[in-house]
Amino acid sequence: MRHLLSTKDLARDEAIAILDIAEDMADVANREVKKLPALRGKTVVNLFFEDSTRTRISFEAAAKRLSADVINFSAKGSSVSKGESLKDTAQTLAAMGADAVVIRHGASGAPATLAQSGWIDAGIVNAGDGTHEHPTQALLDAFTIRRRLHGNAARGKGLDGVTVTIVGDILHSRVARSNVWLLTTLGAHVHLVAPATLVPIGIGNWPVTVGYDLDAAIADKPNVIMMLRIQSERMHAAFFPNAREYSREWGLDDERLAKLPTGSLVMHPGPMNRGLEISANAADSAQSTVLEQVANGVSIRMAVLYLLLAGGAE
Amino acid sequence: MTARTVLHQADITRALTRISHEILESNRGSSDLILLGIPKRGVILANRLGAILDGIEPGAVKVGALDVTMYRDDLAKNPTRAPYPTAIPAGGIDGKTIVLVDDVLFSGRTIRAALNAINDLGRPRAVRLAALVDRGHRELPIRADFVGKNLPTSLTERIHVRLEETDGVDEVTIE
Repeated sequence: MRHLLSTKDLARDEAIAILDIAEDMADVANREVKKLPALRGKTVVNLFFEDSTRTRISFEAAAKRLSADVINFSAKGSSVSKGESLKDTAQTLAAMGADAVVIRHGASGAPATLAQSGWIDAGIVNAGDGTHEHPTQALLDAFTIRRRLHGNAARGKGLDGVTVTIVGDILHSRVARSNVWLLTTLGAHVHLVAPATLVPIGIGNWPVTVGYDLDAAIADKPNVIMMLRIQSERMHAAFFPNAREYSREWGLDDERLAKLPTGSLVMHPGPMNRGLEISANAADSAQSTVLEQVANGVSIRMAVLYLLLAGGAE
Repeated sequence: MTARTVLHQADITRALTRISHEILESNRGSSDLILLGIPKRGVILANRLGAILDGIEPGAVKVGALDVTMYRDDLAKNPTRAPYPTAIPAGGIDGKTIVLVDDVLFSGRTIRAALNAINDLGRPRAVRLAALVDRGHRELPIRADFVGKNLPTSLTERIHVRLEETDGVDEVTIE
């Protein structure tokens, strides 16, 4: 694997290979020495043009567990605020000898631009670009679902026959897009529920079913319900009347939580708006995988960095 | 070049039985003994040794797997390889005697990687090495404690170990 830009590019066996390697990486967290020497002497740059807590820390922990050196770069307090272009930033990083660049950018396609530009010869990992994709989030979601459903026998398996309902701001959500492609590739059925104003144009071409009623979707007894964050930073128009109405129509409150089938999973990519798209009880319930998702994120990112950086020329 | 079979099924079974007894003899019994196979075929051989040992002294020996992919010194020189699962028996390896099991002992670099991997898992009392075939050409100061068969080879020859569980047949060939 040269870059990880999108889950749309991943074939089923490639995706399963990443999840299987992540299983091995997860074991490292339980060991006496939580470190592997595989990426010794490699440099990973976290290039974050947008704010992030868990993704940046997760990539940093993953790189460090593989013994790589990590350089954190956030646009705030850097020369980007003086007007430096992506090209100049990339060439600066190349001159410093970065082996991989983990990039988060507000513009959709920025990681692909970086990968194809020739400005820098490093492996590029998309850590979220605009409203396009967030592939490692989808991989860790798939990993979490697979682990909850199959336990220790998860290796080599896909998600065939699993039904996943994704609820919320589909229009702006890169998490939803990455999940739609990946989960479908792995054999799951994805159902999207959103206010009509937050359903993107051209959704007819996606391999999903779409509904507007959360209660009806819950009555269909999905295996997994994934609540998306209401992204107020991307809400530049009135997509729904107010937060209370959104919460009443499309939030996972205690009443809806009780109606979910036992054994179903409640997922959220974080950060959560408690009381808006998800109630505190739902977020803290036994069905919630929110903290598992964070822990699994490190394993998945270790697997991705390993695949990108460990091997030599093919 | 044509392949020549140097060990048949019966030879492999006999070698493993002998190694089992040698392990017990050198360890003075099976107490605190852990067999760690190196994937892929070392794990199969470790399981077979474990079964034989279980027949001699029931219940005492533990078998696991130790993947060394992450510790290899040629990681960056080859295409990316997927690691195999590591399975350390419950109770850990501290204070135990570990017998590493691999199919072919060649340069010794795999064993070097295994020793480093063990180092990150705990502090065993001793580490021994069992190999089905020792083909020579060591590049590191490493030797096996238990050897199924010493096969003097030239560097151009290739040794293939095939086992029932993965290849449908038990044999060691040279070509």
